[in-house]
Amino acid sequence: MFRYLLRRIALTVPTFVALMFVTFVAIRLVPGDPVEVRTGERGIPPERLAEFRHQLGLDQPIWKQFVDYVWGLVHGDFGTSIVTNEKVLTEFAVLFPATIELSLSAMLFAVLIGVPAGTIAAVKRGSPFDHTVMGASVIGFSMPIFWWGLLLIMLVSERWGLTPVSGRIDLIRYYFEPTTGFMLIDSLLSDQEGAFLSVVHHLVLPTIVLGTIPLAVIARITRSSMLEVLNEDYVRTARAKGLSPMRVIGLHALRNALIPVITSIGLQIGTLLAGAVLTETIFSWPGVGKWLIEGIGRRDYPALQGGIMLISSIVIFVNLGVDVLYGAINPRLRHGR
Amino acid sequence: MKRTFTTGAATLLAMLALGVTAAQAKTLVYCSEGSPENFTPALNTTGTSFDAARPVYNQLVEFERGTTKVVPGLAEKWDISADGKTITFHLRKGVKWHSGVNGFKPTRDFDADDVLFSFNRQWKTDHPYNKISGGKYDYFADMDMPKLLASIEKKDAYTVVMTLTEPNAPIMANLAMDFGTIQSAEYAEMLLKAGKPEQFDQIPVGTGPFQFVTYQKDAVIRYKAFAGYWGGKGKFEDLVYAITPDPTARLAKLKKGECHVMMAPRPADLAEIKADPALDLKSQPGLNIAYWAFNLTKPPMDNIKVRKAFAAAIDKAAILKEVYQGAGQPAKNLIPPTIWSYNDKVQDFKYDPEAAKKLIAESGVATPIKIDLWWMPVQRPYNPNAKRIAEMMQADLAKIGVEAELKSYEWGEYRKRMQAGEHMTGQLGWTGDNGDPDNFFFLIGCNAEGKPAGQNLSKWCNKDFNDKLAKARTLSDLKERTKLYEEMQVIAKEEVPQYTIAHSVVFEPTRKEVVDYKISPFGRHEFYGVGLK
Amino acid sequence: MAADVTSAAPAAMAGPKGPLADFWDSFSENRGAVAGLVLLTLIALTAIFADFIAPHSPIDQFREFSKLPPVWEDGGNWGFLLGTDALGRDMLSRLIHGARISLFIGLTVMVVSVTIGIILGLVAAFAGGLTDMIIMRVMDLIIAVPSLVLAILVVAILGPSLTNTIVAVTVVYLPRYVRLVRASALAEIGKDYVTAARTVGVGTPRLMFVTVLPNCLAPLIVQAALGVSDAILEAAALGFLGLGAQPPIPEWGSMLADSREFIRSNPWIVTLPGLAILFTVVSINLMGDGLRDAFDPKLKRS
Repeated sequence: MFRYLLRRIALTVPTFVALMFVTFVAIRLVPGDPVEVRTGERGIPPERLAEFRHQLGLDQPIWKQFVDYVWGLVHGDFGTSIVTNEKVLTEFAVLFPATIELSLSAMLFAVLIGVPAGTIAAVKRGSPFDHTVMGASVIGFSMPIFWWGLLLIMLVSERWGLTPVSGRIDLIRYYFEPTTGFMLIDSLLSDQEGAFLSVVHHLVLPTIVLGTIPLAVIARITRSSMLEVLNEDYVRTARAKGLSPMRVIGLHALRNALIPVITSIGLQIGTLLAGAVLTETIFSWPGVGKWLIEGIGRRDYPALQGGIMLISSIVIFVNLGVDVLYGAINPRLRHGR
Repeated sequence: MKRTFTTGAATLLAMLALGVTAAQAKTLVYCSEGSPENFTPALNTTGTSFDAARPVYNQLVEFERGTTKVVPGLAEKWDISADGKTITFHLRKGVKWHSGVNGFKPTRDFDADDVLFSFNRQWKTDHPYNKISGGKYDYFADMDMPKLLASIEKKDAYTVVMTLTEPNAPIMANLAMDFGTIQSAEYAEMLLKAGKPEQFDQIPVGTGPFQFVTYQKDAVIRYKAFAGYWGGKGKFEDLVYAITPDPTARLAKLKKGECHVMMAPRPADLAEIKADPALDLKSQPGLNIAYWAFNLTKPPMDNIKVRKAFAAAIDKAAILKEVYQGAGQPAKNLIPPTIWSYNDKVQDFKYDPEAAKKLIAESGVATPIKIDLWWMPVQRPYNPNAKRIAEMMQADLAKIGVEAELKSYEWGEYRKRMQAGEHMTGQLGWTGDNGDPDNFFFLIGCNAEGKPAGQNLSKWCNKDFNDKLAKARTLSDLKERTKLYEEMQVIAKEEVPQYTIAHSVVFEPTRKEVVDYKISPFGRHEFYGVGLK
Repeated sequence: MAADVTSAAPAAMAGPKGPLADFWDSFSENRGAVAGLVLLTLIALTAIFADFIAPHSPIDQFREFSKLPPVWEDGGNWGFLLGTDALGRDMLSRLIHGARISLFIGLTVMVVSVTIGIILGLVAAFAGGLTDMIIMRVMDLIIAVPSLVLAILVVAILGPSLTNTIVAVTVVYLPRYVRLVRASALAEIGKDYVTAARTVGVGTPRLMFVTVLPNCLAPLIVQAALGVSDAILEAAALGFLGLGAQPPIPEWGSMLADSREFIRSNPWIVTLPGLAILFTVVSINLMGDGLRDAFDPKLKRS
């Protein structure tokens, strides 16, 4: 097992090196110039442009820039944003909790609804409930979520007035200094009455939007995996022994049926981060997804490079974790790779 | 990693001020458009960043809120010498710096050292702060300050003498711009000693009506009223900028009372705002122009009949209706009617596709004419949707047998390529800085050698026009200048180097509780002096 | 939707019917899949015959009729069944022509990425060693970057256009085909028939494409069908961010982006393109489910 783990970790090293190189080159291939972008209609005299490019190190040969960049990375320096002059790592650390909070909340939403729905659908296979769940799940994972978000804001927030439109907390009523960056935790720490509820209230709609696709996927996987387990001998035996259906399903079947579900949750982290880009854009959510999109628009090379590196590293490690976990559960796989 | 910079005392104060009911009445929330780059205006170029720094700071001289009038700020009064080259500023006494922000406790009031610090940082490349935070002082350079300044000297603690290399009439208005912001030399020194000078631009300490509390990127900026403000304490306790990039979300928040003032509503939503009894909609003509430039160096755009035909083919009224949706007025001249010397006698092009077809036939250019039509990929104050305008023009041009290919590039690239003259026709625009006609007409001007300047996207050099432009610059007599500018507008209309589309109208909705909010002609958002019912 | 798996197998064994009939039998077990197929056929026909079906040209601007609601709303006009957009273009005609664009994007992405995926996947499986490692690490790399960010980056480099949208989405979806082909090919390589073919002296290219590939096709076809819908969604997301097809092409995602400002004042202009995307994607996914059940009863749906 340990050797397997080492092998898997070793295999990520070339991926990282390639990632570093590819992001660096790709970002520099994007036409446009960070200095030009900021000047607008006003324009900038060529000599001043040259001066700034020099200051930013953009006039250096590409290989030199790359070496400097890697040198920085090795020393834990992800560079400094051209737009704000803040350390990329600092900006990322400020924004990332917002993305994590939204993603975890979406995942929780998907699991809490998806698993029971899928289980019941499997148990009552062929029933109207089953058909409804399966129908809804096809619609769910076919959903263009940018449109879904707009639609929900229009109906739920505006027409029915049930949820706030955007933001993370009621800014008029509550104010506290962020300590963790996770609003749910910070609001509890703040001891302000109602702050936590306000945060939850603000989370509802983005959570639903981002959670829609994972929810659909989880419901389907739970259902099919449950169906399989229900056909296994031990479940039949348990049933034959006269154990109550609730006990059979809850105790024996569900536990085994959940293994593929858990794997799929891990594999969805990447999808979730991609979805967060759109969700954050629609809800003005202060997360890393929106930040990356804006970074492309502003040609903020260091922020983009650093941001993509950081996010991709996280995805790589999560996938690695899932693989390892899966390998632990299912030893046959270890040698397949 | 978090910005937890306020001291315990300040936090406590803020908490006290936020007792639920009291806070509701005393907090003004402004739904802004984006995150500031930092809080030092001299480093920035965007309105969003200026707006974020403005509550915290003052300038020597300032624009009166809602006008272009220059009034005393940190300088109580000033004398200009007879030759116009020496300006003596008499500074206001007893002006307090904000205390407790980022652990800074001022030991002295504002004085001449702070003025010297603020300008020298931008001017002197060996200044310890010159290179901090990227060190790009765009406006200082754009306003020609490095060339214009001979010296800035401290005569005594409350007198500063600024010497210029040549007389310059607009200098006072320029100093009232955001780059003229005065920052604390003492705070700068403290941070330099602590080895973290970059915090100077991120955690602002100023003399302004509101004191900085906290900033969370892409989420919120908080300020609180500064009790020791020299102009008297503001009318509400807390000022909050809720960063909300999407205009639809901003409006929804405004309607639900989640904010009190919002920036830049969508034209499509104006009707709804007007109909809402809880909202006030203020408007003011913008100091700007959107135009469609014809590149005269690319045939057939050098053919005046073709240009005239294009001008007659475009249905301007439809563009105003469908794109500006009431938030604009048709432009017949390059300058907006609010600027002096606007020539109202000039007749606009008439929409007449038949005449346009005839002009094309007379031009002798082989049909079908194929052109490209560039549209900028971003929304600008003068043009809410260049893409839609381009689509409409494309359809209009098709009717007279002209095939227009729509083209666009990334924003910085777009402007660069247009300045290089790669386009045949393309849209752009301009927002005025100081209300002078020259600030608009230079857009189609050429230099003394008859070479078009970069901004001249029509690459049009008319000797008569340029002689008048150069002459008007040197004159001080308003009447003479007016006459020249009026004549120039006639020439430009005759020669059609560009098709002037529209001047936008700025709309700013507020909630009814907001008292005395004023729209700034410069697109600023100012909250000192604003009250809450 | 209940694909009755247990009954599919006996049906397949029952008669002397051809494989195609077998396939149809098990496919049509799944009522959802049939519904999807019907819907998709309708959409495809609409796309093919758009020029004849659409009541107007998708780019004609009827300026006096801009922002009309659909006929069933107050102020609707029978000349424009689904109303008009901000420039007075007929929504119905734009949606119909948009079907053509979206299906074109989906199919092109699928064909290109499947083709490249097959080649890379087979090469990786057969060559092994360094080649395998390089190909698979590159795929890991693509997977590691959030798909939309990667697509945006590609479009930013190449410039926004319909073609570049297709390129970007293809790059994003390539890894899944490569991995799938490689995995199934690896599973096949060890089998007797491959060894036998090798000993007989069949050349590697022939071995790859003629001997092994056909046995990897079933899961690939299922994945490809579902890939069409993912490609449509991804392209629409790019269009929504203003990076997709350029005006006046009636791509659904860009139609949505262009009309976003009317979400309060004229909501149907925003609603309709979204519904069109949803319907198309749902029908493809339903059909994909049916294919999966039909090809491999053991796979069921997961």
